[in-house]
Amino acid sequence: MLKRRHVLSSRDFSREEIDSVLKTAESLEPYARGRRAGWLEGKILALLFFEPSTRTRMSFETAMKRMGGSTINLGSSEASSISKGETLADTVRVMGSYADAIVIRHPKEGSARLAAEFSPVPVLNGGDGAGHHPTQTLLDLYTIKKESHLDDLSIALVGDLKYGRTVHSLAYALALYGAEITLVSPPSLRLPDQIISDLSRSGAKLVETSDLSEVVGDVDVLYVTRIQRERFPDLVEYSKVARSYRITPEFLERARSGLKIMHPLPRVDEISPAVDDTPHAVYFRQSFYGVPVRMALLKMLLEAGQE
Amino acid sequence: MAEKELKVRPIRNGTVIDHIPGGQALNVLKILGISRTTGAGATVSVLMNVDSPKLGKKDIVKVEDRELLSEEVDKIALIAPGATINIVRDFEVAEKYVVDLPDLIVGVVRCQNPNCISNSSEPIRPQMQVREKRPVQLRCMYCDLPLTERIADFLI
Repeated sequence: MLKRRHVLSSRDFSREEIDSVLKTAESLEPYARGRRAGWLEGKILALLFFEPSTRTRMSFETAMKRMGGSTINLGSSEASSISKGETLADTVRVMGSYADAIVIRHPKEGSARLAAEFSPVPVLNGGDGAGHHPTQTLLDLYTIKKESHLDDLSIALVGDLKYGRTVHSLAYALALYGAEITLVSPPSLRLPDQIISDLSRSGAKLVETSDLSEVVGDVDVLYVTRIQRERFPDLVEYSKVARSYRITPEFLERARSGLKIMHPLPRVDEISPAVDDTPHAVYFRQSFYGVPVRMALLKMLLEAGQE
Repeated sequence: MAEKELKVRPIRNGTVIDHIPGGQALNVLKILGISRTTGAGATVSVLMNVDSPKLGKKDIVKVEDRELLSEEVDKIALIAPGATINIVRDFEVAEKYVVDLPDLIVGVVRCQNPNCISNSSEPIRPQMQVREKRPVQLRCMYCDLPLTERIADFLI
C-alpha cells in the first residue's frame, strides 16, 4: 500500500513503500504489454506539461490507457490560460476538478509540491526543474531489480553527477538498499558535497573516481548519463568534458559478463550504438519499464481514493 | 550591571528582548513585523551595541504595553539564537525565557534559489523547515534547497 496521496519526491518513500510499488509493477507487466484491463475505467488523468517531455508524458498516457482510463492534456502553454498569466495554483485547482489525478512537469523547483497543496486530487511529479523526478527513480530501481539485483548491488553512476537530477534521486534511493556506489565523473561535474554528506550519513558505501576503466570490471550496473550541454554557461567548459566517457563494445571487454548498462535517455554519444545489440544494454527495456511502474503508481493512488 | 547604566528608562509593562547579537536589532524588528503587531500607539525602544560580557556587543528591544507571545518571538532565533524574552509587569520581570526556534518558519525567510516556485507570483508564503537550531540550518519546503549562511539577507 502507498501511505501517501501524492508522489512528489522519491526521498519521501520508505524502502517498504518502494518495494510495494515495484511488486505491484511486476504484477502489472503483462497488462503493460497489452493484456486487457479495466481497473481505471472512467478515470481521467490530467497531463500538465509545461516543459518538453517524450518518455514521461507518453508512458503516463500509455499507463492510464492500458488500464482503461483516459487522459486530458494541457497542450502547449501558449494555447492555454497560462499565457494570460494564470498562476499554477489556479490551474491546478481547476484541472483537479476535471480529472482524478494530475501529472505535472514544470521548469521551477518545488512546483509539484505547490501543486499538491492546491490540488483536490493526487499529484504525480513528472520532473520539477532541477529538483525531483520520482517516477524515473522508481523505474530505474525496477530496472535494476528485473535486470540485475537490488540486494548487494555494486553500481557505478557515470557522467554528469553535478546537474543530473536523475542520479541524485537514484543515489538516495540506492542508499536505502545499502548499495555500493561508485561515482564516476570529470572533476568539474562531481556529485555535490551536500548529497555526498547526506549519503554518507545514511550509511551508503561511496567511492569517487574520474577513471571509468578503473571500475568497469567490478560493478553489476553502469548507470550512464548525458553531459547536458544546456547546463554550461561556457561552451569551452562544455567541450572540455563533453566526451569524457564513451562506452563501446571494446571498452566492455573487461566488464563482468552480467554487467547491465542503463541510461535515462536521450543519449548523445556516451554509449555507442554498437553496444545496443550486446546483452549488456538494457536502456530501451528501462524506458518500457516506465509503463508498468507508472501503472502501479496510478492504480495504487486512484484505487486508494475509492475506498 | 550594564543594564543599570542604560540611558533608556525601564518600562512599566511590556516585553524586553535582550541578548540580541550586536547590530541585529533592526532585523529582529523586521522579523517581528513590530509596527504591525503593536499597533500605531506602542512605544518601541531600540538599543544597539551595548557592552555585554557574553556577546561583546548586544542589542536590546523594548516593546511597551504589549506581551509578545512565545510563538510570535521564537522565530527571531533565526538571527538571535540566544535572545532572552522578559515579560515585564509593573516594572518587575514576571516571565523570562530563551527563544527557541520552531520546527517550521512560514513567511519570514525566502528561498535563496531564484528558480524555486516560492519565489514566483504564486499565492503562497515561503516555508522553511528547521533542520538544525545551532548553527541554524534551514531547508526550503518547496525545493529542498538548504539555507545555512547569510540568513538575514533572505528575510522578507
